[in-house]
Amino acid sequence: MDWDLALSAVGPMLLGAVRGTIPLTLLSFTFGMVIALGVALARISRVKVLSGAARFYISVIRGTPLLVQLFVIFYGLPSVGLTVDPWPSAVFAFSLNVGGYAAEIIRAAILSVPKGQWEAGFTAGMSRRMTLRRIILPQAARVSVPPLSNTFISLVKDTSLASLILVTEMFREAQKVAAFSQEFMLLYMEAAALYWVICLILSSAQNRVEKRLDRYVAHA
Amino acid sequence: MSLTPEPASDPARDPASGSASDPAAQPSSGASASFRGIGRPDPLLRVRGLAKSFRDQQVLRSIDLDVARGKVLVLIGPSGSGKTTILRSLDGLETPDAGTIEITGGDAPLSIDFGEKRKRRYAERQRDELRDRSAMVFQHYNLFPHKTVLQNVTEAPLRVQKRPRAEVEAEALKLLERVGLSEKRDSYPFELSGGQQQRVGIVRALALKPQILLFDEPTSALDPEIVGDVLGIMAELAAEGWTMVVVTHEIAFAREVADEVLFLDGGVIVESGPPEQIFTAPRQARTRTFLERLLRPLS
Repeated sequence: MDWDLALSAVGPMLLGAVRGTIPLTLLSFTFGMVIALGVALARISRVKVLSGAARFYISVIRGTPLLVQLFVIFYGLPSVGLTVDPWPSAVFAFSLNVGGYAAEIIRAAILSVPKGQWEAGFTAGMSRRMTLRRIILPQAARVSVPPLSNTFISLVKDTSLASLILVTEMFREAQKVAAFSQEFMLLYMEAAALYWVICLILSSAQNRVEKRLDRYVAHA
Repeated sequence: MSLTPEPASDPARDPASGSASDPAAQPSSGASASFRGIGRPDPLLRVRGLAKSFRDQQVLRSIDLDVARGKVLVLIGPSGSGKTTILRSLDGLETPDAGTIEITGGDAPLSIDFGEKRKRRYAERQRDELRDRSAMVFQHYNLFPHKTVLQNVTEAPLRVQKRPRAEVEAEALKLLERVGLSEKRDSYPFELSGGQQQRVGIVRALALKPQILLFDEPTSALDPEIVGDVLGIMAELAAEGWTMVVVTHEIAFAREVADEVLFLDGGVIVESGPPEQIFTAPRQARTRTFLERLLRPLS
């Protein structure tokens, strides 16, 4: 094996991670969570139009491949006169995608909080909105951390798809070196290893967050 | 020691209580006792024709009841008789199909007619007002698990009533001390026993300074040997002049503490009267059967 080549590829790939993969993930996840919270609330709303729209959105996002969503935005929109650069296209597509999946997670988490918690808020004179914000969402957050961590880790890996719409991120750097050196196995395995390391770090972060949120729950 | 703050002792929330123009506004048990035998005082809570159906099942059919300031009304009856639905309606947790709920006294008497078809926004605002005036103690406590004992008690006074933190916390600590839980102020609910959780539940309701305290089977989820602690606190509250509506199966409590007992069955009030009469000489056969089953389940 060509260790020199492998070593020399670490630099560009880490740079790709720092400039592409990581900010792409963080931005998309942040926007995605905002979308998800809004969609989840719309989905459980008593207003039929809202819940219907939310249901439709979730159905479309979950029912179509992420790669297709990316291509529609980056290659499709220009033909209707909307040209978006690679980076914003990627953030847009990933945010929408995370929004759809995380909305269902948040909705389930909100519904998992016992009805008595709403009533305890109401009897104290709290409005629906205040009860949601002060009583329900903090409890829902604890429930939704494990599944949302899954979504986050998936997103880290999914950002590699952005290489296909010309975004310079970690996997695209691997592709470049591989195409130049023809050492496909080595470089793609190296890319895989780097993704794995990132995800390992995230998993341990997830454990910490879960422990912190569990501090007010009895441990069996 | 008194379980201050008393409901009507706060002029900000209930200005009429201090004014001489309203003789019925004296919350102390001494004053309310003087009403006995000289006819009914003006009720604080007046319910007329309350009706409610879930799907095609009618759980309440035209309920009338009155509770005077400082009095304790106990609702008894078999499960499914509608007693909890009445209580929840009084707290705006359930919206009746018909009937009126009036709460007199205070600076703004409240009168809600559920039969009238109004805009939903209006009905919701009325319902929210009910929530402001009454506070519920739940069967399963429903403490906020992510908040400490102290935060459970201070949350609404701080956030909803927007009262100053120093005052709210001082009052909360006084109340917690009174129920023997001041050392648990920073514990989370999961660290407490059921009896302790329910005492926090009561303190949380008191901290709101409601005009009416509602208890929904507050001891049904408790171990038998702890039931007495919670009932004891409730009896003290009654003696201090809080206006209470209690759903319970604790006959001994009802007999000692209630001013009036309502027996419900099938969504109607079968019989009502002072506890001495209901428990020793019930007029209705159904009341007798229910009480016999409750007192002698094996016979």
